[in-house]
This record gives sequence, C-alpha cells and structure tokens, in this order.
Amino acid sequence: MSSEVALDFHSGVSSLHDTHHSHDEHHHHETFISKYVFSMDHKMIAKQFLITGMFWAVLGGFMSVLFRLQLGYPDSTFPWLEDILGKWAKGGHITPEAYYALVTTHGTVLVFFVLTAGLSGTFANFLIPLQVGARDMASPFMNMLSFWFFFTAGIVMLSSIFVETGPFSGGWTAYPPLSALGDASPGSKTGMDLWIVSMALFVVSSLLGGLNYIATVLNMRTKGMSMTRLPLTIWALFFTAVLGVLSFPVLFSGFILLIFDRNFGTSFYLSDIFVNGAGALPNEGGSAILYQHLFWFLGHPEVYIILLPAMGMVSEILSTNARKPIFGYMAMIGSMFAIAILAFLVWAHHMFVTGLNPFLGSIFVLLTLLIAVPSAIKVFNWLTTLWRGNIRFTPAMLFAIGFVSLFISGGLTGIWLGNSALDIHLHDTYFVIAHFHIVMGVASMFGMFAGIYHWFPKMYGRFLNNTLGYVHFWITIAGAYLIFWPMHYEGLAGMPRRYYDYSIWESFKQFSDLNRFISTVAMIVFATQILFLANFFYSIFKGRKLRTANPWGSNTLEWTTPIKPGHGNWPGEIPEVYRWAYDYGKDGTDFISQTTPVGADESVH
Amino acid sequence: MVLVKSSQADGRIHPQKFVLWVAMGSIVMMFAGLTSAYIVKKSQANWLEYSLPLVFWYSTIAIITSSITINMALKAFKAREMRQYRTLITVTSLLGLLFMGLQISGFANLEARNIPLFGSKSNSATSFLGVITILHMLHVLGGVIALLVIFIRAYVSKIKNYSSLPIEIISTYWHFVDFLWIYLFIFFNWLR
Repeated sequence: MSSEVALDFHSGVSSLHDTHHSHDEHHHHETFISKYVFSMDHKMIAKQFLITGMFWAVLGGFMSVLFRLQLGYPDSTFPWLEDILGKWAKGGHITPEAYYALVTTHGTVLVFFVLTAGLSGTFANFLIPLQVGARDMASPFMNMLSFWFFFTAGIVMLSSIFVETGPFSGGWTAYPPLSALGDASPGSKTGMDLWIVSMALFVVSSLLGGLNYIATVLNMRTKGMSMTRLPLTIWALFFTAVLGVLSFPVLFSGFILLIFDRNFGTSFYLSDIFVNGAGALPNEGGSAILYQHLFWFLGHPEVYIILLPAMGMVSEILSTNARKPIFGYMAMIGSMFAIAILAFLVWAHHMFVTGLNPFLGSIFVLLTLLIAVPSAIKVFNWLTTLWRGNIRFTPAMLFAIGFVSLFISGGLTGIWLGNSALDIHLHDTYFVIAHFHIVMGVASMFGMFAGIYHWFPKMYGRFLNNTLGYVHFWITIAGAYLIFWPMHYEGLAGMPRRYYDYSIWESFKQFSDLNRFISTVAMIVFATQILFLANFFYSIFKGRKLRTANPWGSNTLEWTTPIKPGHGNWPGEIPEVYRWAYDYGKDGTDFISQTTPVGADESVH
Repeated sequence: MVLVKSSQADGRIHPQKFVLWVAMGSIVMMFAGLTSAYIVKKSQANWLEYSLPLVFWYSTIAIITSSITINMALKAFKAREMRQYRTLITVTSLLGLLFMGLQISGFANLEARNIPLFGSKSNSATSFLGVITILHMLHVLGGVIALLVIFIRAYVSKIKNYSSLPIEIISTYWHFVDFLWIYLFIFFNWLR
C-alpha cells in the first residue's frame, strides 16, 4: 500500500511549492528493517520514541516504587527484593548505595528519557509534519539519527545498572565532586562514566531532533499556513525545540569540563578535597558552583522543554473537546514566548543557598516570579476556553483538564520556592519534591497521556479502550494528589530530600505513617499505569477500528490524511490552508477544517 | 539528494541551510557557555597569568587564508571550473589541517614552558584554553571531513552534479569556524 502512496507523492510533488523534496526513487518497496527499524518516516520515528519512552517510564517508575518501599517500610524486609536486586538488597533490604542509585536513575530517566525524548520526541515528530502540512521533516535522515542516538543513550544508561559498582548515585544533577571523583562513591566509578556517555549521546539526539523541528516549522509549512494559523501544539513544540537547541550545548560544555576533571586531572570543579581512603587531592582552585551554573542554565529551560509540549497539546485538546475556539490564541503564543525567554534568565533560583550574592538573588527572585504572569495568562485562557463549552469528556479531555488542575496546584508552590528568603527553609526539602513532581512531572505526564489518547487513532487507526481510559485517569489524578500533597507538609516541617531512612530522626519520625501511605498510593498508581500500557498494546492490534478520518471533529490538518497515512502523509497534493485551527462553533457550524476556504457570508478571522 | 536546488523559487532559505544556521547558533551557545565559565573562573582565586604562544598568530593567519580559498572554491564551482575548484578545496582542507597542527604545536610550546594544559599540575586558566581550543579544532576537523566527502564525490560520481548547495553549506560553516576562532583568539588575548 505504501508504494502506491509513494508513487502518488512523486507525481504530486512537481506541482508543490516546496520543490526541495527529493526522495530516492529506488526505495519504494519497504523491508521490515526500513519500515520498522531504520525508518525515516516521521510517524514511525514518533512511535519508536513513544514506545522506547514507555519502556523507560516503566523502568523509572518501578525504581520509584522500589525506593518508596524503603521510605515507607524502612524496618521491613522483602526477600523478593534480593531476588531481583541481588547484593543491592541483601536480606531483602535495599542498601543505601542502591537507594541513591535508584533515586538518581529515576530522576535522570524520567526527566530526560521519558519527559524529553518520550514527550517532545514523540509528538514533535508525529505532529509537526502532519499539522503544518509537510510530507516529512526537513531532514528525515537526521530525524532517524536522532532516534538512534537516543536509543544508544538508553542502552548505555541501561548497561550502567548492571556494572559491578552500580549506576551513578550522586543525584540526577550529577554535581561534582561526587560526579568528578571516582573514589567518592561506588556509583562514581564506571557508573558515572556510563552516565556521562549516555547523556552526551542524549544531547546529540536532542540537538539533531531540535534542529529538524525548527527547520520544519519555519520552512516546510503548506500553502496558506502562516505562522499565526499554526495550531498551538506546533507553537509549543517550536519553542521547546528552540529552548533545547540553545540550552543543551551549555550542558554539554559543562559535561566536557566534567570529563576533563574526571579523566585528565584538571581542576575546573575541584578544590581542596580530601577523600577517605585516597587522601588529599592535588586539585586546587576549582569551583563546584561553576558546574551548577552550567547545569542549571540547561536545567531550568529543561523544565519548560518538558512542560511546553504538554501545554500545547492541552490547548489543542481542550479547544477541540470544548467545541470552542481557544481563548486568546495570540496571548497563548505571547505567553509561551515570554516563558521561553524567561526560562534562560532564572537558573540561579536553583542556587539561592549556594552562597549566591543576596543582591543577585533578589534579581533572580524577580525574574522567577515574572514567570507567574505568562503562566497565569495560560491558565486563564484554558479556563475561559472551557467556560460554557459543549464539553465532551473523552479520556484525552479529562487528562487535559487534569493537566490544568495540576499545573495550577504545582505552579502556586513555585511562587513560594521562587522567593530566596523562603527558599532558605524549603531548599532541598520534600516541598521541592512535591512542587516539581506536580508541576513538571505529573502535569507533563498528563499532557502526554492526553496526547496519546487523542492522537492514538491517528497513529494506529484504532481507538484506545474508553473505560480503561477513565479508570486510568481517575486513579492517576487521585493518586497524584495523594502522593504529592502530603509531601508539602513534610517539606514545610523541614524534612530533607534524599535521606535514606527518616525513622531514625526524632524530628521526622512523626511522618512514618504518612510515608507508608504515600508509598502505598505510589504502588497503586504504578499498577494503574501498567493497565494503561495493556490498553495501549492491546488496542494497537485489537482496538475498535477507526471508521472516519476525523473522529474528534477536529480542524487541524492531520485529520485530512487517510485513516492510515503512508510515508508522505497525503496521497495527492498537500491541502492548502485558509484559516486558523480553531473555528469551532463558528456561525452555528460545529467545526470548520483549516482546509475549507473562507465563505462569502463568513466573518474573516 | 541530486535534485536539491540551492535556492528556492520563492526566495525562502533552503531548509538544510537553515538547519545549518540553527546548528551554528547551538554551537555558539556551547562556546558562550565555556567562555562565560572562563570569565567566572578568572575572577576567583588561583588563576595563572601567562602569555599565549606566538604560533597562535600563525594559525590565525592560516584559518583566515582558508576562508578566502573556500570562497574562491565556491566561485569556481559556480563558474563550473572544476579543476580549479578541486585544487581550491584541497588547499582549503590542507590549510585546515595546518591550522590544527599549529594549534597542537602551540600546546607543545606551553608544555615546554612548563605550563601544562591538563593533568594534576595544570591550572584552570590553561585547562580552559586547552578544552576550548580542542573543541574548536574538532569543529574544524568536521569541516575538513565534509570537504573530503564532497571532494571524493566530485571524483567518484558519474552523474554531473550542478547543485552548489553542499559547497555553499560547507563554506558557510567554514567561515563560521573561522569567525569562532577569531572570537576565541581575541578573547584569549585581550578580553581575559
């Protein structure tokens, strides 16, 4: 089937305005390898990113279940833990080294592999060509490389779990000296080498992907698709790519200096260190704070790299399922632009207690709190889009509304943490854990789930099971609040993050029941995600078949393609665009596709 | 990729050229990160003051010359003077390699003056010079490899290729690494 599509695509290409498209004429019949493995079709690459991301989500999520076992039941033993973890859980009790390794790997994997590659890798690849009206990405080959760099990064990270000294265990931020000195801890040896190799590969993957996304959005839009007619998903994915392309290289330079400190005896980050068993080190004059600056210059934009795609998809899904135009389209773009700019100017709010000059700190407080303005604009726009809408509560819509809820709850605590004075008390406590898990972790997962439920029919030509979707949503949203809400109280009471056992601390003993409760809910929520995965993989093969090309009554271009689009997306010419993506309920019409010319009796947008 | 046009009818920039510009922005960010780290580090204690080896002046001349030769190569390609074009990209590649060789001899000069770049006796001031310069050399090497690819293609390919896009992209990149070095050279000499 794909070969006919490819043929059509070549006959149609000559009349297109983007004449640069040049596919090799000899590659019509696709083999298993070229279709499913080294595919250059953006839709297949998106699925590869999604399923690889799912693998990492399960592994990273399972790690959190394991360390929650330690936190919730510090005195109990679980013999089965020794069966799966071996010497890392002698006698059924997770060792401190294993605990730190689990926390570190959980963070790295979830932030980078799941919520960066799994989220924007999937949806930027899938939606950008389909929604801007392009046959494929600007460079399909680079796109394929992007996935395989990510995949290799994953293999390297996975292998670090199996080395004798264990994976890196110094926290996902990999601060020196723990990350720079092999003698500092077991995880700082081979585990850290593999961590840094994996992350370097990941940065390359992100850059290759990001370059492509930017070039595709700016250069390959179909006729009539001006920038202000783009769906908000594309705007969000565009800003995400810009943030990634500008901030990942800085992280990379931080890593390079780290590699030199680790392997070539330089002193960028190291000074006056005495290691137990190894003695005093010769390194002098280095500054560990320098690494933190370089890390958080990426680290903070990274938060928006994770969040913006979810925001974009939520905007699209809310509007489609409320059967109303998005409220404040230009304000949405403007606020995303403001967020993208501010993302680069607030990194030091992660470093208020590093001895940062308090005057400098106050500037970063101001800039940090400024982010509340565009964030609030977005929230009000989402709420006013819902207001008096004709809402269809599909699972995608529920997850989108759940995203808005979580973004509000998590965003409000950001205003607390952005104050350098409050941060003295709250820094490195469970309050921070609660804040960023809600606003960035769970909220973005909700955006991702919304996107999967909404675009699954486009991906596989079948629907996900609705009932399982509702079960998935309600348990996950209740669970998310039950897990992270109590952590605010623990944090306000001063309970620090990253401790192995709180039951030995007089001040935190009071929370042992609460910790057990959190751990129990975490296990239930994790099991529910397995339910979702079962739904996902079952529905790929056995789900209810899609009968119409546009199941949600949506305006955007991806729904004008055939139910199962081949490589090249549209069998004939790429449709022309005449209007923005949000003409829902206009002049009494339920929806008007972007490809419909503006009628004579119609008010022009 | 044989059908690729170098400039589009509607005057929009070619996507691959655009990708290059974004990539160059990305590379700039990496060096901006490193040089700002350098500035931060410099204001702290234990910073070694030393004079740069003279040979960096020669390497600067070499890379500026190579920018001129690649520009001439591009002009030769567009005029379909293929023999001249091949000579010029060969000269450009050799100048690129010469540049790298001169940089390495600069490092050797520092080592000889007992100012090690790396290792436990090194100072961050010279380590920074080493890391930044080596990273820049790798970018030059990337350009040399790209030139090598189109050089081989010019000989091997039986199909005549009239698209000047590859050489245009490489020459833009080549000028970019040239400017990047000039920036670094000024930075190391006078801004530090």
